[in-house]
Amino acid sequence: MKTTTATTGLILNEPLLWERGNRGRSGFSLPRRDVENASIEDALLGNGPDFPDLSELEVVRHYTRLSTWNFGIDTGMYPLGSCTMKYNPKTNEKQAGLRGFASTHPLLPAELSQGALQTMAELEKFLGEITGMDAVSLQPAAGAHGELTGMLIMYAYLKSLGSIRSKIIVPDTAHGTNPASAALCGFSPVSVASGKDGILNAESIARVMDEDTAGIMITNPNTLGLFEAHIKEIARIVHDKGGLVYGDGANMNAMMGIVDIAALGVDILHLNLHKTFSTPHGGGGPGSGPVCVTKELAPFLPIPRIIEENGMYRLSEESPLSIGRVHAFYGNFGVMIKALSYILSMGPNLKKASQLAVLNANYIKEKLKGTLHLPYDRPCMHECVFSDLHQQEYNVTTLDMAKRLIDFGHHPPTVYFPLVVHGSIMIEPTETETKESIDQFIESFKSIAEEAKKNPDFLKEAPHNCRTSRLDETEAARHPCLAG
Amino acid sequence: MRYLPHTDEDTAAMLETVGAESLDELFAAIPGECRRSRQLHLPDALTEWELNTCMEEMADRNAQSPEYALFLGAGSYDHYIPESVQHLLSRSEFSTAYTPYQPEASQGTLQAVYEYQTLTARLTGMDIANASLYDGASALAEACLMAVRITKKRRIALSALIHPFYRQVVRTYLRPAQCEIVELPPLPSGTTDISSLASEDSFAAVAIQSPNFFGCIENPAEAEQLCRKGGALLIVSFTEPLAFGLFKSPGSQGADIVCGEGQGLGIPRSFGGPGLGIFATRSKYVRSMPGRLVGKTRDLSGRQGFVLTLATREQHIRRERATSNICTNSNLCALAAAMYLASLGGTGFRDLARLNYDKTEYLKKGLAESGFTIPFTAPTFNEFVLQCPQGFKSRYDELVAGKIVAGLPLSSFHPEFAEHYLFCVTETVSRQNMDRLIKEMSK
Repeated sequence: MKTTTATTGLILNEPLLWERGNRGRSGFSLPRRDVENASIEDALLGNGPDFPDLSELEVVRHYTRLSTWNFGIDTGMYPLGSCTMKYNPKTNEKQAGLRGFASTHPLLPAELSQGALQTMAELEKFLGEITGMDAVSLQPAAGAHGELTGMLIMYAYLKSLGSIRSKIIVPDTAHGTNPASAALCGFSPVSVASGKDGILNAESIARVMDEDTAGIMITNPNTLGLFEAHIKEIARIVHDKGGLVYGDGANMNAMMGIVDIAALGVDILHLNLHKTFSTPHGGGGPGSGPVCVTKELAPFLPIPRIIEENGMYRLSEESPLSIGRVHAFYGNFGVMIKALSYILSMGPNLKKASQLAVLNANYIKEKLKGTLHLPYDRPCMHECVFSDLHQQEYNVTTLDMAKRLIDFGHHPPTVYFPLVVHGSIMIEPTETETKESIDQFIESFKSIAEEAKKNPDFLKEAPHNCRTSRLDETEAARHPCLAG
Repeated sequence: MRYLPHTDEDTAAMLETVGAESLDELFAAIPGECRRSRQLHLPDALTEWELNTCMEEMADRNAQSPEYALFLGAGSYDHYIPESVQHLLSRSEFSTAYTPYQPEASQGTLQAVYEYQTLTARLTGMDIANASLYDGASALAEACLMAVRITKKRRIALSALIHPFYRQVVRTYLRPAQCEIVELPPLPSGTTDISSLASEDSFAAVAIQSPNFFGCIENPAEAEQLCRKGGALLIVSFTEPLAFGLFKSPGSQGADIVCGEGQGLGIPRSFGGPGLGIFATRSKYVRSMPGRLVGKTRDLSGRQGFVLTLATREQHIRRERATSNICTNSNLCALAAAMYLASLGGTGFRDLARLNYDKTEYLKKGLAESGFTIPFTAPTFNEFVLQCPQGFKSRYDELVAGKIVAGLPLSSFHPEFAEHYLFCVTETVSRQNMDRLIKEMSK
């Protein structure tokens, strides 16, 4: 076998922040005092927070060492299904850091923030073009926030027609955020099972869709990585009963330049700029979850909206049907710049990105399908879902194999999701990986499957090369220690 | 294209493995009626160098200091950010990682977040803090929803001196839950009139902001007593956490939930986002809390380590019965705040807070001496309201043309305060610039 990526190396210990430092040190250049002390009411004064005092180098070492315990996309292949861990281009960071963007204040008079408003207006226009939807709001700060915004739009639209509905259809393959977002809008989810072929059939939707149901939340391609081929018929059924179709665009990376989202019958769609449009995940945010809608629903989008008049941009709050504001200002502007930077760098190549993302996933599916159980053996989109069925006879689970992959220098795929496949292993390679790195990942998985047969106990104790071995999550939950 | 590595040979070999003739054939499962009828209409791809020019041109169309003298705060603050923080934050092991679901490969993020939770709990004077929410506004909305869950009541009292955009977000979040929102009016001193609470026991929560939108320091201890009597939770929101380096923390004054915006802690203004929703509460409420939590634990060999914990509150386990629909935090911003607080230390944080206070008082005094009115008597931090003479708006516009933004006109937020302007001063504003402002405004 070829040499694997991973090896062992020098890993430095690092204590907790407050176990370092000494009172009176400082890592901050305190600005010059050019004013006198002013008087202050003693009764209001506190003691100030108890933070450790560290020198600048201590701070730098602390976080540099912590960073070496992390695995990022820059470290190696990160095939987390549903998360689209594609390369995060460095130039995007530079653009977002430009002084004119990073230091601009959100409440400046409009004539002093034309650049920021133009950036947002252009991104809205491009996202409209890529999805085929009519109007876009960039305000939601994350995918789940976009879902909530979308559900609020659905609620407000129906209410404007005098229709209060209590239910929403959510397929069993959906992300947990879907039912949680719907619940915040007072909709109780009605779960619908996907068919034997892994996708929804129109009959099962027709059975549950009624006039007390607000609509459907549908992820396409779904979380099995399969295109919902009956979506147009499903949308017709939902629309006929006065409902709306919410599209979860988490998996847009399979469809750019190929699918017309509006033509599918989708009324509301959220995008994840941190997935499809290459902005970094940051270890869990900040992301950005724009919402795209049809022109009928545009009046319900959050305020403020960006308006262009005679080449000048301004923010408008004149939108009486709007759901209101969902973010303190206009959303995660810093993330929007990175997405715009990506779109301008890619141009029409975005279609190629989707094609290659789908090619890579199908390639992995073909190469690993003997090694791992493939519950739905049919062409997939940008991700493929396996299970640990073949390894069960050795008492080796998905979790064991996932942990062992870390030893080989790969981040594990998404595991135990979607819930409809027992012991699922959801692999999304993205388009930015080379064939060599994908081949190496495949080889690693095959080696691990061999280990499962010969030395299953070794997998049970994986990972072996990390700073820590497997961590006790049960104990953490039983006796929560959340602060030091 | 440099982000797409496949050569034609790679693509051909992979297509052969897959058994497809062409890239198009991979999409055979998609019915024709679902496809785009035309190609993507996007500008041709820019080179890296063309992109630089294009973005610089747009960035330059925004006003920036020091060319402009900006006296603007109102929830977005200009503080110096140490180069070390910027540098550490750009470590791609932090920035290009996903949510730490695989703790053995994410100990860096996890320990850093555990430390962030600890630092923000200490900052707010609370027992525990979560790994952060999107921003101060959504944190307040989540706090209100949490109070509704805990108390099973559906009325919320919101101070009218909470940031107007935060109040709007609360209304958006709470509308479908059919909660009633009652606004508590301002007193002439510039703080909230809480007297109506004395006879109330129907509120799930009472929310105030301190320092409030006018920069005035509220009295949470007084509100706490009234909340206790009526069985409501006390929520204290904030937009400028540096205040807690000088003034008593909300936790030390009896708050049940402290939540607000952490942008001032080492995060650039960036036209209002991304921000950092700081969220802290009492230990007894931990299982009702929204958002991600990192906890300490041990590995198989007894070594200390960190994991995401109490996930049974969260959407991926509990789905529609989750405490929130939130799926991430504002993680990289949380790390920025932790790095910033670590750089300042307790000593630096107190010193910086004091410097901010003194500078603001300097401007306040200077403007008062030049004949402007300070309408509110309550002590302030970093921000204060100034009442200007009738017709000052035309002078304001002249100053903007001269590259001075003399505060934020309050009339669009509080119509009753026409000719009132909200000023902000931080350590980045020099005495020289303040003197210039006073002189120009007095002309």
